[in-house]
Amino acid sequence: MATARKAVADSRANLPFVYRHYSQEQLKQVLHKMYLIRRFEEGAEECYMRGLIHGTMHLSIGQEASAMGICMPLAEDDQITSTHRGHGHCIAKGAEVSRMFAEFFGKTTGYCKGRGGSMHIADVAKGNLGANGIVAGGIPIAVGAALSAKRMKTGKVVVSFFGDGANNEGAFHEALNMAAIWKLPVIFVCENNGYGMSTSTARSTAVKNIAERAAAYAMPGVIVNGNIFSEVAEASFKAVERARAGEGPTLIESKTYRHRGHSKSDRNRYRTKEEIEDWMANRDPITLFETELRDFGFIDDQGIQAIRDAVAKEIADGIEFAKASPAPEIATLEDYVYTEHA
Amino acid sequence: MDIAVRELSYAQAIQEAMAIAMDMDERVFLMGEDIGVYGGAFQVTGDLVERYGADRVIDTPISELGGAGVAVGAAVTGMRPIFEFQFSDFATLGMEQIVNQAAKMRFMLGGEVSVPLVMRFPAGSGTGAAAQHSQSLEAWLGHVPGLKVIQPATPHDAKGMLLAAVADPDPVMIFEHKLLYKMKGHVPEGHYTVPIGKAEIRREGRDLTIVATSIMVQKALDAAAALEGEGIDIEVVDLRTIRPIDRQTVIASVKKTSRLLCVYEAVKTLGIGAEVSAMVAESEAFDYLDAPIVRLGGAETPIPYNPDLEKATVPQVADIIAAARDLVKGVR
Repeated sequence: MATARKAVADSRANLPFVYRHYSQEQLKQVLHKMYLIRRFEEGAEECYMRGLIHGTMHLSIGQEASAMGICMPLAEDDQITSTHRGHGHCIAKGAEVSRMFAEFFGKTTGYCKGRGGSMHIADVAKGNLGANGIVAGGIPIAVGAALSAKRMKTGKVVVSFFGDGANNEGAFHEALNMAAIWKLPVIFVCENNGYGMSTSTARSTAVKNIAERAAAYAMPGVIVNGNIFSEVAEASFKAVERARAGEGPTLIESKTYRHRGHSKSDRNRYRTKEEIEDWMANRDPITLFETELRDFGFIDDQGIQAIRDAVAKEIADGIEFAKASPAPEIATLEDYVYTEHA
Repeated sequence: MDIAVRELSYAQAIQEAMAIAMDMDERVFLMGEDIGVYGGAFQVTGDLVERYGADRVIDTPISELGGAGVAVGAAVTGMRPIFEFQFSDFATLGMEQIVNQAAKMRFMLGGEVSVPLVMRFPAGSGTGAAAQHSQSLEAWLGHVPGLKVIQPATPHDAKGMLLAAVADPDPVMIFEHKLLYKMKGHVPEGHYTVPIGKAEIRREGRDLTIVATSIMVQKALDAAAALEGEGIDIEVVDLRTIRPIDRQTVIASVKKTSRLLCVYEAVKTLGIGAEVSAMVAESEAFDYLDAPIVRLGGAETPIPYNPDLEKATVPQVADIIAAARDLVKGVR
């Protein structure tokens, strides 16, 4: 038995980080969650098209490995701040899709009781302090949460997700500077999908890589292929270790791509069809991870099918839950503006 | 024989309140620009850094937006920050975090969090600091559901309302008129609170209600004293809180006096006086009015540097006397 285990360990020695570091069961869970994010967003999009969800939404389809990789080394009580493109972060941090769908449907059973919708999706119990409608809005808030963690000695680490667009906001620079001077346990994760709405990073950003911004704030700046789960998880793991050791913040640039437009109003005039198809066909993060898992013998076709089936059921059940949930009473309109005194 | 009462300046009262808050609760800490060894631009934090250390009296970089956001993040995760904007004018740099984040976070998250945050804003004109260091922007924030906005007018209230703000689970914005910092008054020792959302009748009268805020409360009282000799009996209501506004006290006073004069330093148009006037006009007090409602507010101009121009920009005691006399004598 011991020999067999050693053989497995040896056979993993040359594999990428996550295959050495996490169990087969954990990695299968990752694939499960990556599918859950993808199918959740496809489900939300379909419900939107059918008029069941109003407003707008920003889909992260194509960025699943980034969300999962960053959250992989986080503990349940570690915290994140997220973005308008935050469905993946929310699921990766442990949210249930049923309550997310309920929120999108504007129901009282939703995470924000129907007050927040897609753009403010949160799950405070699982450490997600919320998506944010303001680009870079969550970055200083994450630094504040890290200040709390340091002052209260909770050992928590805080991750701030943001997009490439946020790197040109003042809040980004002010927040990184403060995190660095106070050596706070926070990790800045720039999911660079190439475009801030329609404006490419080449047109908007003076540096070639956003990770280069880290040098200005005396912190490590790390570039990872955001579509390769293991690469993202390894960078996150190191940054979490550094943060927990009291050594301060890290900036991770996770280079990725969104398959869909910016939001539902996007006419897609700024990207070529070829570019999008290339990313979808050759660099899909789920396909890449699933192929690795299969090639390395962590899962077989039957296992993959079982995951897909389980996810499909979870999504269908989630939508049913949302549909069946009650809508808020109009009389509750002003609830939650202030904290109700007992 | 008079029993000697302890007097503190408005600034000392705030400092004492912050010290008491920090003594009572480990989670309370101060953040702001130059509030440490410098003692704050108006010496409100004074030597608190020596007593509580740089971990609890935190000098921030000159980063109002980021600093405000850090305070929001700390508040939402269990701390009780008191954040000082060096001048209230610099709130314009932090508006995103105040208006979009602090005010709305609890609501957007369906009540899952609270934001127990206190922000302090040294405000107002009269120091020769010109257009970018003299504004009164409280009505901007008063327009935002989710915030509470207060303007203590005395040292007593400055301490008691700050302690109420620290105990409040929601974000409380405190506008402190810079000319009040040196004002002395009775301040009780130890912990006490003055409720947020409750106006105070500073002087009772029969002929006219003056609803005033912040530094205008004292000016209104001076005007009322001057008009006493003319047989004009003025009631002065210190609004104290502009969100949530104390409707009841104002309406009851106007029903008693049948006349209303609103006095505030901020630009007159779309200011707190407009809100108070409309509130009265919409209420049962409307039928009691014997004269049109009058507002005295700041001129429609930025605050100028020249001292005579600066004074002319905001209501002075003589302006209040003239407006009150006209109102009571039926000239208006």
